[in-house]
Amino acid sequence: MKNIYFDNAATSWPKPPEMIDAMNRYNETIGGNPGRSGHHLSVEAARIIFETRELTAQLFNIDDPFQLIFTRNATEALNQVIFGMMKNDHHVITSGMEHNSVMRPLRYLEQNGLKVTVVPCFQDGSIDPREIEKSICSHTKMIIMTHASNVTGTIMPVKEVGHIAASHDIPFCVDAAQSAGSIPIDVEDMNISLLAFTGHKSLYGPQGTGGLYIKKGLENDLVPRMMGGTGSRSEFETQPDFMPDRFESGTPNAIGLAGLGASARFILNQGIDGIRSTELTLTTMFLDKARDIPGLRLYGPRKADLCTPVVSFTIDGISSSGVSQILDEKFSILSRPGLHCAPSAHRSINTLPGGTVRFSFGHFNTTDEISYATDAVTKIASGTIKGDAV
Amino acid sequence: MMSLQSYCVVLFKSVSHAMRAEKILKNDKIPFKIIPVPKSISSECGVCIRFTPEYKEDIEAVLNGTVEYSDIRELH
Repeated sequence: MKNIYFDNAATSWPKPPEMIDAMNRYNETIGGNPGRSGHHLSVEAARIIFETRELTAQLFNIDDPFQLIFTRNATEALNQVIFGMMKNDHHVITSGMEHNSVMRPLRYLEQNGLKVTVVPCFQDGSIDPREIEKSICSHTKMIIMTHASNVTGTIMPVKEVGHIAASHDIPFCVDAAQSAGSIPIDVEDMNISLLAFTGHKSLYGPQGTGGLYIKKGLENDLVPRMMGGTGSRSEFETQPDFMPDRFESGTPNAIGLAGLGASARFILNQGIDGIRSTELTLTTMFLDKARDIPGLRLYGPRKADLCTPVVSFTIDGISSSGVSQILDEKFSILSRPGLHCAPSAHRSINTLPGGTVRFSFGHFNTTDEISYATDAVTKIASGTIKGDAV
Repeated sequence: MMSLQSYCVVLFKSVSHAMRAEKILKNDKIPFKIIPVPKSISSECGVCIRFTPEYKEDIEAVLNGTVEYSDIRELH
């Protein structure tokens, strides 16, 4: 049976053929260590990474590509920000819809004295920016918030919060793990000081790629999480203080970045508006049908234009993991059940401890797949199709 | 007296800066090549841009304000 892949918020699949070609070409014909050796394959590897840096910066309207550093994923970028910047006497504000990539580092530092305010969200995952502003105090050193929830897809009011942060001169860090490539991001217009993103979700790049944008000047307030060889200033035993080398120690994932560059070009060619419009069609179609299925409960905004192409639901009488298992075994529909590494978000939408079934659509899904899936969910909800014991 | 073999190099603090300069110089059609930093000069990053001395002013004009470089040296 053909796989119906609805787990794009975990990692997108399939990938654009251009990405695979770029990675194959890197493996077969380049393969040097970028910036280390000076021979022409090493230089070609560095050239590819530079190209990827420029293309990725273009996606987010980052003026100077050197202000964008590459990491393994959004989690590494967020850890770089939180551990690199927060001190014990600082205060940080975040939302009630965060992923554990934000909550776990914050809760860890809280034990050392960091003050953490989690601004509550409504049951659809949305937040009132005025509540964020009310939480600001003289020790507030950062506002950190997701751009879109990985559980409900709820798009957060990043521009409004960015404006608040800028007016109080507080750095604003955005977790774009779910939004980069799917909805427009403009670091200037949104007053974003730090933007953490991953390559393998809605940028359609390979796993093991991601990055962090750091507003010019702010790099001096960030202690690198890793130090080591950079291929530059090799005679010194101190870490370079300039971008991007300050935050890029060790041999990078050059083959992955070759792929990410091709994926960024794919996104730029398709246009984020074009991608968004396909995804809106799919999400709207699912929500319209799902609303009428007896025994199915939807969570989040339930309006496609208020979210990324992510929907969360439960079916009365069956656990979320049970539903996902039936979908996989009987229909080859691949979804993600449970808490999605975001207990805070599930607390906000009142789905602890059972969690939800999450469908996350992508550019390569079709309306036929949505019809097939809503039929499948209807059969499960009505009890027509049940899971096997073994 | 300038020897026939004399040439110039632009040194950069990182390979990223060298790559940015390469892209700009390619657009401006100034002849150059990328070489490993000669051992006789203390290394910044591992590669530099080599060109013939007659283009020194052109290269300075193009790079100033667009790419940060550490030094331009004339070698014999």
